[in-house]
Amino acid sequence: MLRFLIRRIGQGAVVLWLITMVLFALFFIAPSNVARTLAGRQASAKTVALIQQRLGLNLPLWRQYIDFVGRALHGDLGFDYYHQVPVTTIIGQALPVTLSLVLGASILWLAIGVFNGVLSAIRPRTFLDRSLTVFALFFYSMPTFLLGLLLLYFLYFQLTLAGFRIFPAGGYSPLGDGVGAWADHLVLPWLSLALVSAAIYTRLTRGSMLDVLGEDYIRTARSKGIAESRVIGRHALRSALTPVVTQFGIDLGALLGGAVVTETVFSLPGLGQAVLSALNQQDEPVVIGIVLLGSAAIVVANIVVDVVYAVLDPRVRLN
Amino acid sequence: MSNNADSDSDRPVFSSPKDAAGDPLLRLDRVSKAFPVQSSKLFRRSRELVHAVEDVSLEVRPGETLGLVGETGCGKSTLARCIARLYDLTSGSVIFDGKDISYMSRREMRPLRREIQMIFQDPYGSLNPRRRVGSIIGDPFAIHDIGSRGERKKKVQDLMELVGLNPEHYNRFPSEFSGGQRQRIGTARALALRPRMVICDEPVSALDVSIQAQIINLLKDLQDEFGLTYIFISHDLSVVRHVSDRIAVMYLGRIVEVAPAEEVFECTRHPYTRALLSALPVADPDAADRRESIVLVGDIPSPTHPPSGCRFHTRCPKARPDCVRINPELEQVFDDGAEHLTACLHPLALGEDMSLARPQIEDSEILMAPRASVKSPGGTQ
Amino acid sequence: MSLSPTGPAAAAETVEETEGKVIEGRSPWLLGWQRLRRDRVAMISLVVIVLIILMAIFAPLATWVTGHPPNQQYRQIGLTPDGLPMGPSSHFWLGTDDLGRDIFVRIAYGARISLLVGVVATGIAVTIGVVVGLAAGFFGGIVDTLLARLVDVVLCVPFLLVAIALVSITGPSLTITIVVIGFFSWASVARIVRGQVLSLREREFVEAARSLGAGDARIMFVDILPNVLAPVIVYSSLLIPVVIVVEATLSFLGLGLPPPTADWGGMISDGQNYYTTAWWFLIFPGTALLITTLAFNLFGDGIRDAFDPRSDQLLK
Repeated sequence: MLRFLIRRIGQGAVVLWLITMVLFALFFIAPSNVARTLAGRQASAKTVALIQQRLGLNLPLWRQYIDFVGRALHGDLGFDYYHQVPVTTIIGQALPVTLSLVLGASILWLAIGVFNGVLSAIRPRTFLDRSLTVFALFFYSMPTFLLGLLLLYFLYFQLTLAGFRIFPAGGYSPLGDGVGAWADHLVLPWLSLALVSAAIYTRLTRGSMLDVLGEDYIRTARSKGIAESRVIGRHALRSALTPVVTQFGIDLGALLGGAVVTETVFSLPGLGQAVLSALNQQDEPVVIGIVLLGSAAIVVANIVVDVVYAVLDPRVRLN
Repeated sequence: MSNNADSDSDRPVFSSPKDAAGDPLLRLDRVSKAFPVQSSKLFRRSRELVHAVEDVSLEVRPGETLGLVGETGCGKSTLARCIARLYDLTSGSVIFDGKDISYMSRREMRPLRREIQMIFQDPYGSLNPRRRVGSIIGDPFAIHDIGSRGERKKKVQDLMELVGLNPEHYNRFPSEFSGGQRQRIGTARALALRPRMVICDEPVSALDVSIQAQIINLLKDLQDEFGLTYIFISHDLSVVRHVSDRIAVMYLGRIVEVAPAEEVFECTRHPYTRALLSALPVADPDAADRRESIVLVGDIPSPTHPPSGCRFHTRCPKARPDCVRINPELEQVFDDGAEHLTACLHPLALGEDMSLARPQIEDSEILMAPRASVKSPGGTQ
Repeated sequence: MSLSPTGPAAAAETVEETEGKVIEGRSPWLLGWQRLRRDRVAMISLVVIVLIILMAIFAPLATWVTGHPPNQQYRQIGLTPDGLPMGPSSHFWLGTDDLGRDIFVRIAYGARISLLVGVVATGIAVTIGVVVGLAAGFFGGIVDTLLARLVDVVLCVPFLLVAIALVSITGPSLTITIVVIGFFSWASVARIVRGQVLSLREREFVEAARSLGAGDARIMFVDILPNVLAPVIVYSSLLIPVVIVVEATLSFLGLGLPPPTADWGGMISDGQNYYTTAWWFLIFPGTALLITTLAFNLFGDGIRDAFDPRSDQLLK
């Protein structure tokens, strides 16, 4: 098991390293006028050159890269170009927002998805099943941003017009200011992020559950007189959930993308917003730092998923 | 002997297998094949070997049918693939028609592929489900670039008729045929280039009994018509008895006995062969009661760690101490002819009743089994 | 000499005579197509898809009928005195946007973008993915190790983030959008194809082809590829709606096509500031997008059920 873990971590490190190289290469290709923007339109070439030097932009690329990697390994991701704020600080401020969003949404979607999927599977082809399937298909086809906007329109705008001001139009309220406000601001974002994935997981769970329920050992369990709820809960669910776990690992990558979009729609000052505005300003260190963090998170999540999978199924370890 | 690239009609036809004299068509000389396997323990990536085929020496004469029998896992399929050079040999040599093909590259083997063909066991897996039957049978022609498209189609349809299929089903897919028909398709494909030797790897094992007879008869008819040489592999001795001129018995990757077909049945020398025979169903219930019944204890040992000395000693009722040390070679025993070879230190004499035998070693599964494995003739325990 | 079997058992095996006509086999494709035709939901979706395609092709017709080109701003008649968009009317069937442009016409033209990106990017992804998957699965060894690692790396990358980075550097354009999406989608196709090829490689008919003397290239293209096509086609048809959504998302974030090109994602993005005052600006493009992806998803489901029912576990 240890060997397996080390191998996966090694792979993850390689991935991260490759990503940094790609990012650096990308920014190298891009025409960068950061120094000029900072200096202002009237500045002389000399000032611009000075700023470039200050920011370390005139060093050869490989030198910049090595400097970056060296510092990064010490936990220093550099400073943003415009305000000289440490990137780690920027990330630190934005992270709780994104985390609240992402964690809440994933719990929500797993719960909804699996629950609906199981419901569908134990009452196949009934009206309940069919309507759940239709719902799943409907939300599955919806882009996250569109869902967010529709939620805003119906659950904020129309409700408010009707006199029920339940949800705000956006923005973030830190946890420290009260759980109620925090949750209130996050419900719509959670829903818009979660419902789409919930749809996917409903279908996935349903299919997987149906497969498992058709297996012989379930039939045996039933014939032994075990209560149906136990049959489903203890025996069937465990096997049925394996593909769900796998899928979850894959989805973590998409999750970050969805988070970016949701933060934009609901004006949440999270990592997504940060990276978008940094990109518009060509604020390299911030972009690289955040993308790196995102990739690291995905890599770690994938490793965790793999480990869980390997625990469930020892054959995986030997691959 | 030169191979004519596109003529397939001027091959010599042997009138009868026993008339064929001269050099063997195929000679195996101490052929071994081992596969590396990953240890199932988590950390030790030790290179263990599965000894699928060990030290096999055989001859096959032109026009004859050599039956190859053994339990599942004894290595017969592996041996077949070694002969057909689908696998590389670990050691030893395969000599076909005087040519050493043991280590030929794929390119060198290509022309020889027309001479050696295989019919596979699984009628459902050996045909590509997404290709039409005509295309499948015509594959050999396409691969070796023989004839124009029209000519190929004609040849394919002739082949279909030859094996008993309706040539108008040229465009159908394998899924539209029954198991027996699919084996006919596989047979047609194997015969397309008029090979000299056909290796039949359990061709009827997956078929219903009534269909088995048809396919076997088909194979025999084809052999007569085209002077084919067969290696017929099966785990079913009764089937093999029907088709073979000579029979070789395999156990755990080694040949334990080889003899003309009837001698294997009437003059059995190796205890394992005797056990196999005793498992055959006999029609007459009285005769069935009267004969000895040997039930082998335990499973075939793991080919990764074969027993020392004679591979069979752990399950052999006649095991002696020297069986644990010495691995017997194939040789003539008692007063058998040169055709009958046995690999046993204590072969059975004519009429010897093996059910009375008791192993005289400690390392025997028979002794370690909870109940005695051997039933005395004529009654239950 | 014919060796036809005789006897009652043989009669059961022999099939009907057909007076010398060659019988066309029922290929798995034909069977699948028949199954698809019976699936009403899939057929309805197909009709919807065809309608959308027609709408895209004949978008100029919308201009001709209404008299409004897609990028033409009608500040006088298209906006309220306050400069806000006007609602649906006989003049502007689906209302106007913030610059006074006809939403109906823009939706028609927007279909072009979505469909173009959807089909072309999917095509690129599938082509690359199949080639890589075939090579990796078939050749094994070093080739497989390298390619499989490459696939893993590509799959580990946070797509949207890197796409954002890429597009913001190169500037938004149609080509870049297609390339970026295609580049990030091929990896899942490759993974699926590789898995399929790995299992197909062990099948006996491949062994049989080898024993006949077939070379690698022939086995790959004649024997393995046809068996891989079915799951690939299923995956492609389910990939198209995903690509359409991704393209819309990129446009929404301002990274898609440069204005003033009519594009559903872009329209929704512009519309989000007006949903309190001009609901049509958000709802209509949104509905168009939703209907399109829904239709493709339902059709893709139908294709999967018809051609490859057991691939449920492979695909999302």
